[in-house]
Amino acid sequence: MDEHAGAGQSATDYITHHLTNLTLCRDHGEWVVGHCQGNFWALNLDSMFFSVILGILFITIFGSVARKASKGRPGKLQTAIELVVGFVDTAIKDAFQGHSKVIAPLSLTIFVWVFLMNFMDLIPVDWLPEIGLMIGIPYLKVVPTTDVNITFAMSISVFLLTIFYSLKVKGIGGFAKEFTMHPIAPPTRGIGLIAAPVIIAFNFILETVAFIARPISLSLRLFGNMYAGELIFILIALIGFYQLPLHFAWAIFHILVVTLQAFIFMMLTIVYLSQAHDTGH
Amino acid sequence: MDINATIIGQTIAMIFFVWFCMKYIWPHIMDAIEARQKEIADGLTAAEKGKSDLAAAESKAQSIISEARGQAKEIVDQASARASDIVDEARVDGEAEKRRQLESTQAEIEVEINRARDELRGQVAAIAVAGAEKVLSREIDAGTHKDLLDGLAAEL
Repeated sequence: MDEHAGAGQSATDYITHHLTNLTLCRDHGEWVVGHCQGNFWALNLDSMFFSVILGILFITIFGSVARKASKGRPGKLQTAIELVVGFVDTAIKDAFQGHSKVIAPLSLTIFVWVFLMNFMDLIPVDWLPEIGLMIGIPYLKVVPTTDVNITFAMSISVFLLTIFYSLKVKGIGGFAKEFTMHPIAPPTRGIGLIAAPVIIAFNFILETVAFIARPISLSLRLFGNMYAGELIFILIALIGFYQLPLHFAWAIFHILVVTLQAFIFMMLTIVYLSQAHDTGH
Repeated sequence: MDINATIIGQTIAMIFFVWFCMKYIWPHIMDAIEARQKEIADGLTAAEKGKSDLAAAESKAQSIISEARGQAKEIVDQASARASDIVDEARVDGEAEKRRQLESTQAEIEVEINRARDELRGQVAAIAVAGAEKVLSREIDAGTHKDLLDGLAAEL
């Protein structure tokens, strides 16, 4: 912050700078970096970069362990990886009744990847953006999960998987029944039959809203937590020398948030997919 | 903060990473974990079996030892009975031998005594005759010494 203050930058500028993505888009037939407001075909280079780098980090570490996974005495890294895998496996076995080949790798990927992306929040807020400025990158937002695009992309993927498996397991009829016969069962005979369409319509509106709220709440929960955490780190960074103990305390607290949000995202994914596989409704 | 094409890029990245995880990570790690769990379970079962085998072997050894001990005791008993039998037999034999020896010795002694007596009798007779001859050579008075000689002869 101090150098920025020296350069005549206000606190608002500092915060805005930290919360602006490095965007790439085509403007009047030319590729431009920045100045992409309102252009859907813009790409947040920094979010994509860190997200993909962390994803590659995940598949590299886990892949290397998986490739030479020994059945005998595992090494320390293998033990650590197996602990994570075992943790995810237990969570799935507890919450997921159906049978699916996708759910386990999906959950593991989400948990580790989101955890790594969240973990970028614990790198002091000025380090990477300052290095970026030195090598000529004007904006650098290092925590991918503070970008709503990233969280939405993941929650929508989960949402689409939910729809896919619902249709696959229950068929269109069963899936439609879930929207209309629930939570209030419409009367099937007698005078109450007149009220049935009203009840079905009511059910449909209620269930649709609840269903569509899922990906939105899933992504906004993660995004909100990480964005707020990042903002507080930035605000702490603004107060000068006394930031150190405060930053330390918030970072320790944030370790909890980072892990918890990754776990919640994974857990809700499992629960949603479990409901999609659940035919007993 | 805008929604933009990043959402598409991230979706593609996610599909790739999940696919990679599904193909190359999860099955291998789960295989290793499950294989090890099975190995551990087998090992525990084997250890349990070994323990029960050991207990069985121990009790078997115990029964063999006690059996052997009983047999040894029996053998010792038999041997001591046999020994006392032998001693008794020997004693009986010894007694018989002793008696036999005694009897034969006694018989010998008897014979010796009889022989000595016969000899002595002969010698006494000779001495008597010699004495008589000496007496006779000094005074022959058959009438006077007739009683004496008769008594002598009767005594022999």
